Amino acid sequence: MLAGLFFFMTATIGFLRFPDFYTRMHATAKGDTLGTLLFVVGLALYTLHHGLHWLSIVQSAKLIFIAVFWFLASPTATHALLRSALESDLIPWTKDGKVVLTWPPKRRK
Amino acid sequence: MGGFSLGVALVLCVIILLSLYRGVFGPTVFDRIIGAGFIGTKTIILLLFIGLIYDRIDMFIDLALAYSILNFIGTLIVSKYFIRKGAR
Repeated sequence: MLAGLFFFMTATIGFLRFPDFYTRMHATAKGDTLGTLLFVVGLALYTLHHGLHWLSIVQSAKLIFIAVFWFLASPTATHALLRSALESDLIPWTKDGKVVLTWPPKRRK
Repeated sequence: MGGFSLGVALVLCVIILLSLYRGVFGPTVFDRIIGAGFIGTKTIILLLFIGLIYDRIDMFIDLALAYSILNFIGTLIVSKYFIRKGAR
């Protein structure tokens, strides 16, 4: 859980400091996913520490379900958001202001 | 565990306030969208820790599950809307 807190902190710092939208999204997506996974799995192990009662097993299974769902859903949401940003002509940031990527890509005849 | 979970919950509140800054003053629309998603994720974890503090984690797990599904669907629908419309 402390490792998850560390990843959340780094994600927030990246979110505040990075220069444009794409780099900010890079920081938040990975920090968010890994931090959530670590927190929820840690809580699922903590609910089992009173002993294996069926109620605590059900709670722990629900927590594991949240972890798996979020591990699948967060990259999906990030990907859809990145796609919509590219479709609406937001240019990626470079150090010298040169355009490295054109969208939509040139179609072959 | 009480002091530890209270401290983690307070640090999560500070993180939510920090990312609220980018969510409010973000230069583009997409910054605001990922700010909203980020705060939503922190809220899931904060709900679980509130359940741990009050010893009612069986109820708060269901709340966190519903909140995570809502957060995911919301981000996906808003991004599809901006594909259709364009961010102007």
